[in-house]
Amino acid sequence: MHRFNFVLYRPIQLVPVLIGISLVTFLLIHAIPGDPARLLLGAKATPEAIAAIHARFGLDKPVAVQYLYFLVNLLRGELGLSIIYKAPVLQVVVGRILPTLFLLLYAVALAVSLSVVLGSAAAANRGRPLDQAIRLFSTVGLGLPAFWLGIVLIMLLSIDLGWFPVSGYGEDFPDRLHHLFLPAFTVAFAMAPVLTRNLRASLIAESTADYVSAARAKGLPRHVIFFHHIFRNSMIPTINLLGVNVGWLIGGTVVVEAVFSVPGLGGLLVSSIFARDYLVVQAVTLILALGVVATNFIVDIATVALDPRIQP
Amino acid sequence: MSAAGLALGRRWSRLSPLVWIGGGSCLFWVFVALAAPWIAPYDPVAQDLAATLQPPNALHLLGTDNFGRDILSRIIWGTRLDLQMGVLGVVFPFVIGTTIGAASGYFGGIVDMLLMRLLDVTISFPFFVLIIAIVATLGPGLGSFYIALALVGWVSYARLIRSRFIVLKHADFVTAARSLGYSHWRIAFRHILPNAVMPAIVFSVSDAVIDIVLGSSLSYLGLGIQPPTPEWGLMIAEGQTFIATAWWMTTFPGLAIVLLAVGFSLLADGIAENLGLRD
Repeated sequence: MHRFNFVLYRPIQLVPVLIGISLVTFLLIHAIPGDPARLLLGAKATPEAIAAIHARFGLDKPVAVQYLYFLVNLLRGELGLSIIYKAPVLQVVVGRILPTLFLLLYAVALAVSLSVVLGSAAAANRGRPLDQAIRLFSTVGLGLPAFWLGIVLIMLLSIDLGWFPVSGYGEDFPDRLHHLFLPAFTVAFAMAPVLTRNLRASLIAESTADYVSAARAKGLPRHVIFFHHIFRNSMIPTINLLGVNVGWLIGGTVVVEAVFSVPGLGGLLVSSIFARDYLVVQAVTLILALGVVATNFIVDIATVALDPRIQP
Repeated sequence: MSAAGLALGRRWSRLSPLVWIGGGSCLFWVFVALAAPWIAPYDPVAQDLAATLQPPNALHLLGTDNFGRDILSRIIWGTRLDLQMGVLGVVFPFVIGTTIGAASGYFGGIVDMLLMRLLDVTISFPFFVLIIAIVATLGPGLGSFYIALALVGWVSYARLIRSRFIVLKHADFVTAARSLGYSHWRIAFRHILPNAVMPAIVFSVSDAVIDIVLGSSLSYLGLGIQPPTPEWGLMIAEGQTFIATAWWMTTFPGLAIVLLAVGFSLLADGIAENLGLRD
């Protein structure tokens, strides 16, 4: 299986990117105006106390040395203490990963379902009014701010009709599906236009391929040709696009978590900014970037596994 | 003028209807922004505590908020900020991205390698998360938003320009320019760039949509425009407390964002269609 050798050497290629990510997150905190020791101790701190903090965290050393300190601590999983939660930052952040992951996967499931229905309908009715209507939907969908859509859905479906809870995360799995439906739908709605357009285009392109003519010539029923041949091949670029855009999805969840008070990483990011809990901001940014890198790696493997023609 | 630009000019009469609708919509918003002092019926920040939370009526066409401020006037004045976020938001990423993409594609080698690693690192961060983190570092406000966009948003432009440069630098007209002894600078920016820049210009129009949505999202989160300045995202945030009683406070500013964004989207679609870049 030499095709999959890249699973072993790709992580090595990722090292420069990972170093870059650590450098950017380090600089984010370093660029904050003002003395970190003063931020930590408050305005009334004595010069001795400030000097002690400087010595303890290496703040009196050159920037390059401070970065190395940061990198070493990072590799040991030490991201500092949260000034708000009075707990290790890593612990605070890890506790918030699950709701965000749940929301993301839920949103992906909804976005893919939505785009499969709309993309297929558009491709099957190419140029007809339904195709135009779906195209208009994609155009409007791209310019629809997720936070506003979330609030409108709360107004219509939660307050007026009482179908869904206004906020929260739920107790068990079915309850979570119920609680997170509106947030997941909101995130999915931002992603669906891009996926729908892409799927429509690849469905149309695939349906003119030679193997489709061959399948038609040997008398296969239309639905078999569509589902077994055209559709399966068209999904590969769409899944790939989804992987490439995982950063967009995560960005969407940050805002949507704030709208629906989901106890995830996005909500933590925003509340920590206002609390000036900068180490948590740094850690959330870092974790989400690592999530993007990991997802792209998985999508690379999945693409090669799905399509034997692709050589990494 | 580029070949693509000439083609666009020649086919002026055959422009896609999307260009007219989208362009017309954009011009409408530009007019609203410029004419705000004359067309807004009320002062956008003047409070009228005798007329708070009024539903749409003859005096206040889109209702009033919890301070009795006229929603329509606030939306009209807000156009200045939201339109500006879309237009100015793409300028810095466009300039930086084009320069980096041109340098990367033209010189190749070690320059390309280093710049593309920088690009890899930037796209590893979720776009909006990095924007939020940079704004958090610099402090909330419009200036921080533009700086963050410049630092993060250049990647798409760099990729588009770079891929065109890699193809075009072997074109005959470049070889001709080189044999005339022109400088790298002149060849890259006066000869190749005009032929390479069109896809980036088209992209910048749809990028404006993203910047409008991002900018209003930041204000919604409290990291952008600060109260009492009228801005659509901020108005939606202020209205969220009252969604059970005053739907108009959140609904109308949101519709304004959608209409402005759709105008830019249609314009981008239309231009792309006319240039044969899509469908």
